[in-house]
This record gives sequence, C-alpha cells and structure tokens, in this order.
Amino acid sequence: MKRVLVGVKRVVDYNVRVRVKPDNTGVALDGVKMSINPFDEIALEEALRIKERGGAEEVVAVSIGPADAQQQLRTALAMGADRAIHVVTDTPVEPLTAAKVFLKLIEKEQPFIVIFGKQAIDDDNSQTGQMLAALWNRPQATFASKIELSGEKASVTREVDAGLETLEVDLPAVFTTDLRLNEPRYVKLPDIMKAKKKPLDTLPLKDMGVEPKARLKVVRVEPPPQRQKGVRVKDAQELVDLLKKKGIL
Amino acid sequence: MSKVLVIAEHDGANLNPSTAKSVTCATSIPGAEVTVAVCAADASAVATQAAALKGVTHVLKLENAANAHPLAAVIAPQIVAIAAEFTHVLGPSTTFGKDLMPRIAALLGAPQLSDVMAVESATRFRRPIYAGNAIVTVEVDGSGPIVATVRTASFEATGTGGSATIESKTVNAEIPTHTRFISVSAAKSDRPDLQSARRVVSGGRALGSADGFKILYSLADKLGAAVGASRAAVDAGYAPNDMQVGQTGKIIAPELYMAIGISGAIQHLTGIKDARTIVAINKDGEAPIFEVADVGLVGDLFQIVPEIEKLLG
Repeated sequence: MKRVLVGVKRVVDYNVRVRVKPDNTGVALDGVKMSINPFDEIALEEALRIKERGGAEEVVAVSIGPADAQQQLRTALAMGADRAIHVVTDTPVEPLTAAKVFLKLIEKEQPFIVIFGKQAIDDDNSQTGQMLAALWNRPQATFASKIELSGEKASVTREVDAGLETLEVDLPAVFTTDLRLNEPRYVKLPDIMKAKKKPLDTLPLKDMGVEPKARLKVVRVEPPPQRQKGVRVKDAQELVDLLKKKGIL
Repeated sequence: MSKVLVIAEHDGANLNPSTAKSVTCATSIPGAEVTVAVCAADASAVATQAAALKGVTHVLKLENAANAHPLAAVIAPQIVAIAAEFTHVLGPSTTFGKDLMPRIAALLGAPQLSDVMAVESATRFRRPIYAGNAIVTVEVDGSGPIVATVRTASFEATGTGGSATIESKTVNAEIPTHTRFISVSAAKSDRPDLQSARRVVSGGRALGSADGFKILYSLADKLGAAVGASRAAVDAGYAPNDMQVGQTGKIIAPELYMAIGISGAIQHLTGIKDARTIVAINKDGEAPIFEVADVGLVGDLFQIVPEIEKLLG
C-alpha cells in the first residue's frame, strides 16, 4: 500500500505568549492551550492532498509524547488521516531519538513518503526530518513550498536563503514543510465525530527498542533581554535629524 | 583542547559571510583549534578566502564533481568521513546549515544544538526557544562529538589577514545519487544581501501591493540598504520569500532596521531583535512594533517614506 507517514507534535499553541517560570526551569505550561505544531498541520494537509489526488492510499499520523498528545492525533484524524500511532512517553524526546523512533515505525509501515513540519515552534530545533533521512539513508527535501510526485520520483521546490531551489529526489524520501506549501483545512464537526471511530494505536516508547539517551541537559531557562524603551518623533524631518545626530545616517 | 570543524557555506566562487560568523563562534569555544571544510567541485577560490579568516588554522578542500551544489545528502557523508578527529562540528544557521547539520549529526550519532547564540564553555551553550521568547542554557555531555548550528546574527564576522594551511583531502565516502539539483531561482539584485546588510528597509502588509513596495526599494537605494518584508507581506505576494525577515525567515542584525507598515508579530520581532537601531513607521500607534523600536513615527507611510528619501538629498 502506498502510505504516507506524518509527524504531528503537540506544542504550545502559536497564539500563546509563553512565560518563563520564575525558578528558571522552563516555560509555564499549566493551563496553556496546546495544538498541533502549525508546520506539522501543513505537513498533514500536504499528505491528505497527495492522497486525494490519487498519489497515496493511506495517511498515518504519528505523535511521540505524553498521554495528552492523543488530542492532537484525534485532530489529525478529524482533518482526514486514516489512522494514528501514538508513541507514549512522559519525558521530553531529543530529535535524534524521535528520528530513531520513526525509523522503527518505517520498518513496519514501509511508507514511500514521510513528512514533517520544518521545525516545531516550541524548541525550534529543525532537526528530526533531516536526522530521519540520514538514518534511513534516503533523500531529504527540507523547507518545501511545492511537492510534485511523478512515478518513483518527486520534484520539490524549497525555500532557501537565495530564493527557490528545485530538487529531484527518488522515493521513498523525507520532506519537511515550509509555510507556503499549502493552507491547512479547517476541521468540521462531523469529521470530529467520525475521527473518534478511527484507529489510534498506542505504543510505549520503552517497548520500541530505542534507547532514549539524553545527551542534552537544560541548565537554565531565562526570558530574553528587553530592549530599552524608544522615543517617538513627530515627522520625517525630526526622524532624519535624530538619526543623523546619532550618527546612524 | 577543542578541535572545531566549521563547514563553509559558499556558492562555488565566494564564501558566504555566514562562514566568518560561524568561525567567530568556533573561536569562542575555549582552547579551540579551528578547521574549515570546503566542499565544492573546485574549492580553490573559496579555500583561499577561508584560509584568510582570522582564527582559522587549517582549511580542508573536499573536491568532488557531486559537490557542485550544496546537497545535504551528498555533503554529509563526506564530512562524517573526516569528523572523527574533531570535538565540535559547526555550520551556520542558514537554510544551508539547517538542512545539512542534522544530517551530519544523525550519521555521527550525535545530538545537535540549533541556533547557538553564545558559548559558555566547550560543552555549554545558549540558544533561543519559543521563537526567542525564552533563552535556554544547555549542557551537552561530552562523550561524543557536538554538532551545532550558529545563529549568525549573534556573532560578528571574524576579520581577515589570517594564513591557514590549505590541504586537499580525499575522502572515502559513499556519495548517493538519489538527490539531484535541478535549479535555483535567485533574484538578481544590485542591493546588498539581506542577511549581511548594514542597513535594512522592511515593509509589511500596509504597503498594500507589490507596487506599493516600490517606494521602499527607492528609499533603500538611497540608503544603500537591503529590502526585507514581513511574513504577512510575503504571504500576500507583495514580496518574494527570500525577503522574509523573522523567526521562519531570515534572522538579521543590521545597524539600522526600518520597519515600515509592519505591525510587529512576535515571530517578526524575533528576527530583528539584534538590530542596533530599530525605526518603526506605522499608522497604528498601538502596534507592537513600537514596543521594540528605538525611534517611532506614527503616520501615513506613503507620505512619510518619500519625504525621508527627499530629506536624504
């Protein structure tokens, strides 16, 4: 079966302004709204569009995280994923471990495409997709803004610093999504009801044969330094005069 | 002692300024000896530039026809083949480095630190999380190699005048053919490069159209500035994606940043908070951009921008 795996991470909703905890151990997450990482939503939308165009037969959403990550997988099922896999762990997972978990799932699921968001908006790492592609020894096309499949190949346009780069890759391959790849669909109420009946498998991380070896330790989390309050000027003349006086112009 | 390998970013002819900034980060690792690796089809020109960077002691040329374009899947195994003797492997946190470095890290079985903004020791680094709304200090256990991308806006470019040795290296690595470069559409511009420009004039959705951006290009040319755009302006099609400034676009640190018609979403502010002077022009005096601006001007940008240009003579 032509199958697409999509990584779905549970993160603090992008509208929430996060606050650093007073004891500097992390950011305050109690009672904060959680959502699917927005880039992963784009990844899921792309997988669904590939399936709807007849390019794939099954879309499987995968999340690694605590019990509550089931909420995000249910949302993914409501968006249109056929089934979901929840790899359960209460400890934060480093990207390399996440990539190893996906490699294990790939052995079983044999997908021809794996799609991730280009980064998660909590840790901003931008690593898991590339790491999986390395371990899987398959192509990667990161920061994709256009994905076209043709037979055993894909043509992917990537948003790079220089502009737009196009790569051709052999499938199977790993893609990571940039913002302008698509606009994810809204979930409708009947879809939420239907999603409750879709299969959602849970696998404890400790049973997967992946050692969750943590080599990174958080020492301290602090708020960023604040900029000093600026001044207001009344018109263009005053602005130019001030910048000249400061030696900036 | 730390042996640090920096992966050069270049276009085949010229070293990207991100490399000189990565070298500065590398030299701030205590006791660092810095080597730069240049992967190219013909690495001579770029290797000469890398050898002149202050703080670099060795330059390694990894030449292969397959290196004509910077493909992560092609470069990563070559770096891994030479990585054994190094304690740290660094690349810039540009799209080049973000694409490549995790692939290297995974092949080395190493964790990666993304967007390093400060070095506290050979194993302790600071980096932003949550779009820069928090800064985390991370300790890496030094039992294996440490891979990192360098947040270029946090480091000044190292100077020139150095004279590192240049060595050709033949590596024994299997180079895949499953990934092929087709094309890159780089907008040719006479303006300075956005990521390294001293001055940047940036526009938001209030410009109203691609045509509306013309007044910014005109002002930028007068100032010798690069032109940037907010995500909203790029999404609306007023400006190409490579002009996007912010957490998901380019993170920049110019001496002067002029935010024109930009409201100042968090993700945009993250991309500019290292700018030395921020000027904001917006008709909404309550816009969040004014919270970070050093100089604010409330008013109609279509009237103010041409006035500024005229005042500059």
